[in-house]
Amino acid sequence: MGLFSFFKKEKKKNTASLAKERLQILIAHEHSDTSTAAPDYLPKLQEELIGVIRKYVKVDDNAVNVKLEKGDNFDVLELNITLPENN
Amino acid sequence: MSKVIVVTSGKGGVGKTTSSAAFAAGLASKGHKTAVIDFDVGLRNLDLIMGVERRVVYDFVNVINGESTLKQALIKDKRVENLYILPASQTRDKDALNKEGVESVINELKADGFDYIVCDSPAGIEKGAFMALYFADEAIVVTNPEVSSVRDSDRILGILQSRSKVAEEGGTVKEHLLITRYSPERVEGGDMLSKEDIQEILSIPLLGVIPESGSVLQASNSGNPVIMDKESQAGQAYMDVVSRFLGEDIPLRFVESEEKKGFFKKLFG
Repeated sequence: MGLFSFFKKEKKKNTASLAKERLQILIAHEHSDTSTAAPDYLPKLQEELIGVIRKYVKVDDNAVNVKLEKGDNFDVLELNITLPENN
Repeated sequence: MSKVIVVTSGKGGVGKTTSSAAFAAGLASKGHKTAVIDFDVGLRNLDLIMGVERRVVYDFVNVINGESTLKQALIKDKRVENLYILPASQTRDKDALNKEGVESVINELKADGFDYIVCDSPAGIEKGAFMALYFADEAIVVTNPEVSSVRDSDRILGILQSRSKVAEEGGTVKEHLLITRYSPERVEGGDMLSKEDIQEILSIPLLGVIPESGSVLQASNSGNPVIMDKESQAGQAYMDVVSRFLGEDIPLRFVESEEKKGFFKKLFG
Protein backbone atom coordinates (compact mmCIF):
# COMPACT_ATOMS: atom_id res chain seq x y z
CA MET A 1 0.00 0.00 0.00
CA GLY A 2 2.78 2.36 1.01
CA LEU A 3 4.80 1.42 -2.01
CA PHE A 4 1.76 1.71 -4.23
CA SER A 5 0.91 5.23 -3.08
CA PHE A 6 4.57 6.20 -3.42
CA PHE A 7 4.57 5.26 -7.10
CA LYS A 8 1.20 6.87 -7.65
CA LYS A 9 2.47 10.15 -6.25
CA GLU A 10 5.66 9.96 -8.32
CA LYS A 11 3.64 9.53 -11.48
CA LYS A 12 1.42 12.50 -10.66
CA LYS A 13 4.35 14.75 -9.90
CA ASN A 14 5.41 14.53 -13.49
CA THR A 15 2.25 15.84 -15.09
CA ALA A 16 2.36 19.41 -13.70
CA SER A 17 6.03 19.86 -14.55
CA LEU A 18 5.40 18.30 -17.94
CA ALA A 19 2.58 20.80 -18.49
CA LYS A 20 4.86 23.68 -17.53
CA GLU A 21 7.64 22.52 -19.80
CA ARG A 22 5.31 22.04 -22.76
CA LEU A 23 3.76 25.46 -22.23
CA GLN A 24 7.10 27.23 -21.97
CA ILE A 25 8.32 25.72 -25.23
CA LEU A 26 5.04 26.37 -27.02
CA ILE A 27 4.70 29.97 -25.86
CA ALA A 28 8.32 30.81 -26.66
CA HIS A 29 7.71 29.41 -30.13
CA GLU A 30 4.47 31.34 -30.61
CA HIS A 31 6.14 34.57 -29.52
CA SER A 32 9.03 34.13 -31.95
CA ASP A 33 6.52 33.37 -34.70
CA THR A 34 4.81 36.72 -34.35
CA SER A 35 8.15 38.55 -34.29
CA THR A 36 9.21 37.14 -37.64
CA ALA A 37 5.81 37.50 -39.24
CA ALA A 38 4.88 40.96 -38.04
CA PRO A 39 7.08 43.64 -39.60
CA ASP A 40 6.51 43.71 -43.35
CA TYR A 41 8.59 46.87 -43.74
CA LEU A 42 11.84 45.06 -42.91
CA PRO A 43 12.96 44.16 -46.47
CA LYS A 44 12.45 47.73 -47.66
CA LEU A 45 14.24 49.09 -44.61
CA GLN A 46 17.14 46.76 -45.30
CA GLU A 47 17.32 47.85 -48.94
CA GLU A 48 17.36 51.54 -48.07
CA LEU A 49 19.93 51.05 -45.33
CA ILE A 50 22.28 49.38 -47.79
CA GLY A 51 21.85 52.40 -50.06
CA VAL A 52 22.78 54.80 -47.26
CA ILE A 53 25.77 52.77 -46.12
CA ARG A 54 27.05 52.44 -49.71
CA LYS A 55 27.40 56.21 -49.86
CA TYR A 56 30.30 55.81 -47.45
CA VAL A 57 31.50 52.21 -47.47
CA LYS A 58 31.53 49.56 -50.19
CA VAL A 59 29.44 46.71 -48.81
CA ASP A 60 27.84 43.58 -50.26
CA ASP A 61 24.10 43.16 -50.77
CA ASN A 62 23.92 40.80 -47.84
CA ALA A 63 26.16 42.86 -45.54
CA VAL A 64 23.21 44.43 -43.74
CA ASN A 65 21.03 42.28 -41.55
CA VAL A 66 17.88 43.71 -39.98
CA LYS A 67 15.96 41.88 -37.28
CA LEU A 68 13.09 42.80 -35.00
CA GLU A 69 12.83 41.10 -31.63
CA LYS A 70 9.83 41.46 -29.39
CA GLY A 71 10.60 41.94 -25.70
CA ASP A 72 8.32 42.16 -22.66
CA ASN A 73 8.24 45.94 -22.43
CA PHE A 74 9.83 47.00 -25.70
CA ASP A 75 10.84 45.71 -29.11
CA VAL A 76 14.44 45.69 -30.27
CA LEU A 77 15.40 46.54 -33.83
CA GLU A 78 18.70 44.81 -34.38
CA LEU A 79 20.99 46.07 -37.14
CA ASN A 80 23.96 43.99 -38.12
CA ILE A 81 26.34 45.53 -40.66
CA THR A 82 29.33 43.54 -41.80
CA LEU A 83 32.11 45.79 -43.06
CA PRO A 84 34.49 44.45 -45.71
CA GLU A 85 37.97 43.44 -44.61
CA ASN A 86 40.94 45.81 -45.02
CA ASN A 87 38.82 48.84 -44.46
CA MET B 1 -11.24 59.49 -12.72
CA SER B 2 -13.12 56.41 -13.87
CA LYS B 3 -11.38 53.23 -14.87
CA VAL B 4 -12.36 50.67 -17.48
CA ILE B 5 -11.41 47.11 -16.56
CA VAL B 6 -11.83 44.16 -18.90
CA VAL B 7 -12.27 40.67 -17.49
CA THR B 8 -10.95 38.38 -20.19
CA SER B 9 -9.32 34.99 -20.79
CA GLY B 10 -9.50 33.83 -24.38
CA LYS B 11 -10.72 30.42 -23.29
CA GLY B 12 -14.34 29.84 -22.38
CA GLY B 13 -15.64 28.42 -19.13
CA VAL B 14 -12.78 29.57 -16.92
CA GLY B 15 -14.89 31.93 -14.81
CA LYS B 16 -15.00 35.30 -16.55
CA THR B 17 -18.64 36.02 -15.80
CA THR B 18 -18.43 34.67 -12.25
CA SER B 19 -15.36 36.83 -11.69
CA SER B 20 -16.91 39.91 -13.33
CA ALA B 21 -20.01 39.61 -11.15
CA ALA B 22 -17.99 39.06 -7.97
CA PHE B 23 -15.45 41.78 -8.73
CA ALA B 24 -18.05 44.40 -9.65
CA ALA B 25 -20.19 43.58 -6.59
CA GLY B 26 -17.08 43.78 -4.41
CA LEU B 27 -16.05 47.18 -5.77
CA ALA B 28 -19.58 48.49 -5.27
CA SER B 29 -19.80 47.10 -1.73
CA LYS B 30 -16.68 49.10 -0.93
CA GLY B 31 -18.49 52.27 -1.92
CA HIS B 32 -17.40 52.69 -5.54
CA LYS B 33 -20.04 53.38 -8.15
CA THR B 34 -19.63 50.43 -10.51
CA ALA B 35 -21.18 49.31 -13.77
CA VAL B 36 -20.66 45.83 -15.17
CA ILE B 37 -21.30 45.34 -18.89
CA ASP B 38 -21.97 42.00 -20.56
CA PHE B 39 -20.19 41.98 -23.95
CA ASP B 40 -21.30 38.45 -24.85
CA VAL B 41 -23.86 39.44 -27.46
CA GLY B 42 -26.06 36.49 -28.40
CA LEU B 43 -25.07 34.48 -25.32
CA ARG B 44 -26.10 36.75 -22.48
CA ASN B 45 -25.42 35.25 -19.05
CA LEU B 46 -24.21 37.94 -16.67
CA ASP B 47 -27.86 38.79 -15.89
CA LEU B 48 -28.45 35.19 -14.79
CA ILE B 49 -25.31 34.97 -12.66
CA MET B 50 -26.29 38.25 -11.00
CA GLY B 51 -29.91 37.19 -10.54
CA VAL B 52 -31.44 40.06 -12.51
CA GLU B 53 -32.60 38.05 -15.56
CA ARG B 54 -36.26 38.93 -14.98
CA ARG B 55 -35.54 42.63 -14.85
CA VAL B 56 -33.97 42.95 -18.30
CA VAL B 57 -36.03 45.29 -20.46
CA TYR B 58 -33.47 47.01 -22.67
CA ASP B 59 -29.90 45.95 -23.38
CA PHE B 60 -26.47 47.17 -24.50
CA VAL B 61 -27.32 46.97 -28.22
CA ASN B 62 -30.60 48.86 -27.70
CA VAL B 63 -28.59 51.70 -26.16
CA ILE B 64 -26.03 51.69 -29.00
CA ASN B 65 -28.82 51.76 -31.61
CA GLY B 66 -30.62 54.57 -29.81
CA GLU B 67 -33.66 52.38 -29.07
CA SER B 68 -33.39 53.14 -25.38
CA THR B 69 -31.45 55.46 -23.13
CA LEU B 70 -28.57 54.16 -21.04
CA LYS B 71 -30.56 54.94 -17.91
CA GLN B 72 -33.44 52.73 -19.12
CA ALA B 73 -31.13 49.80 -19.84
CA LEU B 74 -29.01 49.91 -16.68
CA ILE B 75 -30.33 47.57 -13.98
CA LYS B 76 -29.74 48.83 -10.47
CA ASP B 77 -28.80 46.00 -8.12
CA LYS B 78 -31.18 45.60 -5.17
CA ARG B 79 -28.66 44.00 -2.82
CA VAL B 80 -25.58 46.17 -3.28
CA GLU B 81 -25.67 49.95 -3.35
CA ASN B 82 -23.73 51.58 -6.25
CA LEU B 83 -23.94 48.50 -8.48
CA TYR B 84 -25.43 48.60 -11.98
CA ILE B 85 -25.67 45.92 -14.65
CA LEU B 86 -25.87 46.48 -18.41
CA PRO B 87 -27.05 43.22 -20.01
CA ALA B 88 -25.97 41.99 -23.44
CA SER B 89 -28.40 41.65 -26.28
CA GLN B 90 -29.62 38.25 -27.46
CA THR B 91 -29.44 39.29 -31.10
CA ARG B 92 -27.69 37.02 -33.57
CA ASP B 93 -26.26 40.01 -35.44
CA LYS B 94 -22.50 39.65 -35.12
CA ASP B 95 -21.90 43.29 -35.95
CA ALA B 96 -24.23 44.62 -33.27
CA LEU B 97 -21.29 46.10 -31.38
CA ASN B 98 -19.07 48.73 -32.95
CA LYS B 99 -16.27 50.91 -31.61
CA GLU B 100 -18.23 54.16 -31.84
CA GLY B 101 -21.27 52.74 -30.06
CA VAL B 102 -19.27 51.08 -27.29
CA GLU B 103 -17.20 54.22 -26.80
CA SER B 104 -20.29 56.41 -26.49
CA VAL B 105 -21.77 54.12 -23.81
CA ILE B 106 -18.49 54.05 -21.87
CA ASN B 107 -18.15 57.83 -22.10
CA GLU B 108 -21.70 58.29 -20.88
CA LEU B 109 -21.01 56.04 -17.88
CA LYS B 110 -17.87 58.05 -17.14
CA ALA B 111 -19.84 61.29 -17.35
CA ASP B 112 -22.46 59.81 -15.00
CA GLY B 113 -19.78 59.50 -12.33
CA PHE B 114 -19.09 55.77 -12.45
CA ASP B 115 -15.76 54.98 -10.75
CA TYR B 116 -15.34 51.57 -12.34
CA ILE B 117 -16.67 50.11 -15.57
CA VAL B 118 -16.16 46.34 -15.64
CA CYS B 119 -16.34 44.74 -19.11
CA ASP B 120 -17.23 41.04 -19.04
CA SER B 121 -15.66 39.68 -22.22
CA PRO B 122 -16.99 36.75 -24.24
CA ALA B 123 -14.65 33.84 -24.93
CA GLY B 124 -12.62 33.74 -28.12
CA ILE B 125 -10.75 36.47 -29.97
CA GLU B 126 -13.54 37.65 -32.22
CA LYS B 127 -15.40 40.93 -32.35
CA GLY B 128 -17.13 40.77 -28.96
CA ALA B 129 -13.90 39.99 -27.13
CA PHE B 130 -12.08 42.68 -29.09
CA MET B 131 -14.77 45.28 -28.26
CA ALA B 132 -14.62 44.34 -24.57
CA LEU B 133 -10.87 44.92 -24.36
CA TYR B 134 -10.48 47.83 -26.78
CA PHE B 135 -11.27 50.62 -24.29
CA ALA B 136 -9.69 48.97 -21.24
CA ASP B 137 -7.24 50.75 -18.96
CA GLU B 138 -6.62 47.57 -17.01
CA ALA B 139 -7.23 43.88 -17.62
CA ILE B 140 -7.98 40.99 -15.32
CA VAL B 141 -6.90 37.82 -17.10
CA VAL B 142 -8.79 34.85 -15.68
CA THR B 143 -6.77 31.65 -15.95
CA ASN B 144 -7.34 28.07 -14.82
CA PRO B 145 -4.32 25.97 -13.82
CA GLU B 146 -4.58 23.98 -17.02
CA VAL B 147 -2.54 24.06 -20.26
CA SER B 148 -5.14 25.31 -22.74
CA SER B 149 -6.28 28.11 -20.45
CA VAL B 150 -2.71 29.31 -19.85
CA ARG B 151 -1.94 29.28 -23.55
CA ASP B 152 -5.10 31.23 -24.40
CA SER B 153 -4.33 33.76 -21.66
CA ASP B 154 -0.96 34.35 -23.27
CA ARG B 155 -2.69 34.89 -26.63
CA ILE B 156 -5.15 37.39 -25.19
CA LEU B 157 -2.32 39.27 -23.43
CA GLY B 158 -0.63 39.68 -26.81
CA ILE B 159 -3.83 41.06 -28.34
CA LEU B 160 -4.35 43.37 -25.36
CA GLN B 161 -0.92 44.93 -25.74
CA SER B 162 -1.10 45.34 -29.50
CA ARG B 163 -4.70 46.07 -30.44
CA SER B 164 -6.31 47.92 -27.54
CA LYS B 165 -6.80 51.69 -27.71
CA VAL B 166 -4.21 52.28 -25.00
CA ALA B 167 -1.70 50.14 -26.94
CA GLU B 168 -2.48 51.92 -30.21
CA GLU B 169 -1.66 55.20 -28.47
CA GLY B 170 1.69 53.80 -27.32
CA GLY B 171 0.68 52.94 -23.76
CA THR B 172 0.36 49.70 -21.83
CA VAL B 173 -2.79 48.12 -20.42
CA LYS B 174 -2.18 47.24 -16.77
CA GLU B 175 -2.38 43.46 -16.41
CA HIS B 176 -3.61 41.39 -13.49
CA LEU B 177 -3.54 37.60 -13.28
CA LEU B 178 -6.52 35.97 -11.57
CA ILE B 179 -6.20 32.22 -11.13
CA THR B 180 -9.50 30.46 -10.58
CA ARG B 181 -10.52 26.85 -9.80
CA TYR B 182 -7.26 26.35 -7.93
CA SER B 183 -6.86 23.17 -5.95
CA PRO B 184 -3.93 23.31 -3.48
CA GLU B 185 -4.21 19.56 -2.86
CA ARG B 186 -3.74 18.75 -6.54
CA VAL B 187 -0.88 21.26 -6.85
CA GLU B 188 0.88 19.64 -3.91
CA GLY B 189 0.18 16.23 -5.42
CA GLY B 190 2.01 17.36 -8.53
CA ASP B 191 -0.77 17.09 -11.07
CA MET B 192 -1.82 20.74 -11.28
CA LEU B 193 0.19 23.77 -12.37
CA SER B 194 1.05 25.91 -9.35
CA LYS B 195 0.40 29.63 -9.10
CA GLU B 196 4.16 30.15 -9.39
CA ASP B 197 4.28 28.06 -12.59
CA ILE B 198 1.48 30.07 -14.19
CA GLN B 199 2.99 33.37 -13.15
CA GLU B 200 6.38 32.34 -14.50
CA ILE B 201 4.88 31.39 -17.86
CA LEU B 202 2.66 34.46 -18.27
CA SER B 203 4.94 36.87 -16.35
CA ILE B 204 2.23 39.25 -15.19
CA PRO B 205 1.48 40.31 -11.60
CA LEU B 206 -0.80 38.00 -9.60
CA LEU B 207 -3.97 39.66 -8.32
CA GLY B 208 -5.44 36.65 -6.61
CA VAL B 209 -6.15 32.95 -6.45
CA ILE B 210 -9.71 31.64 -6.13
CA PRO B 211 -9.90 28.07 -4.80
CA GLU B 212 -12.09 25.48 -6.49
CA SER B 213 -15.23 25.66 -4.41
CA GLY B 214 -18.74 24.28 -4.45
CA SER B 215 -20.01 27.65 -3.32
CA VAL B 216 -19.41 29.09 -6.82
CA LEU B 217 -22.03 26.75 -8.30
CA GLN B 218 -24.38 27.38 -5.37
CA ALA B 219 -24.01 31.13 -5.93
CA SER B 220 -24.78 30.90 -9.63
CA ASN B 221 -27.70 28.55 -8.93
CA SER B 222 -29.24 31.20 -6.73
CA GLY B 223 -28.20 34.24 -8.78
CA ASN B 224 -26.02 35.83 -6.13
CA PRO B 225 -22.48 36.98 -6.88
CA VAL B 226 -20.28 34.53 -4.93
CA ILE B 227 -18.49 37.41 -3.20
CA MET B 228 -21.67 37.95 -1.17
CA ASP B 229 -21.22 34.52 0.38
CA LYS B 230 -18.90 35.69 3.12
CA GLU B 231 -18.67 32.22 4.65
CA SER B 232 -17.19 30.59 1.55
CA GLN B 233 -13.50 30.48 0.71
CA ALA B 234 -14.20 31.59 -2.87
CA GLY B 235 -16.22 34.57 -1.64
CA GLN B 236 -13.48 35.61 0.77
CA ALA B 237 -10.79 35.13 -1.88
CA TYR B 238 -12.74 37.39 -4.26
CA MET B 239 -13.05 40.04 -1.55
CA ASP B 240 -9.27 39.87 -1.09
CA VAL B 241 -8.90 40.36 -4.86
CA VAL B 242 -11.01 43.52 -4.70
CA SER B 243 -9.03 44.86 -1.73
CA ARG B 244 -5.73 44.14 -3.48
CA PHE B 245 -6.99 45.81 -6.64
CA LEU B 246 -7.80 48.89 -4.55
CA GLY B 247 -4.23 48.96 -3.28
CA GLU B 248 -4.36 47.04 0.00
CA ASP B 249 -1.52 44.67 0.77
CA ILE B 250 -3.22 41.38 1.63
CA PRO B 251 -1.55 37.96 1.72
CA LEU B 252 -2.96 35.10 -0.37
CA ARG B 253 -5.34 32.74 1.40
CA PHE B 254 -6.56 29.21 0.61
CA VAL B 255 -3.48 28.37 -1.45
CA GLU B 256 -2.26 25.58 0.81
CA SER B 257 -3.94 22.28 1.52
CA GLU B 258 -5.22 21.51 5.00
CA GLU B 259 -2.68 18.71 5.15
CA LYS B 260 0.26 21.02 4.50
CA LYS B 261 -1.06 23.64 6.87
CA GLY B 262 -1.25 20.96 9.54
CA PHE B 263 2.30 19.94 8.84
CA PHE B 264 3.62 23.47 9.25
CA LYS B 265 1.56 23.96 12.36
CA LYS B 266 3.17 20.85 13.81
CA LEU B 267 6.57 22.14 12.83
CA PHE B 268 6.30 25.71 14.06
CA GLY B 269 3.11 25.82 16.12
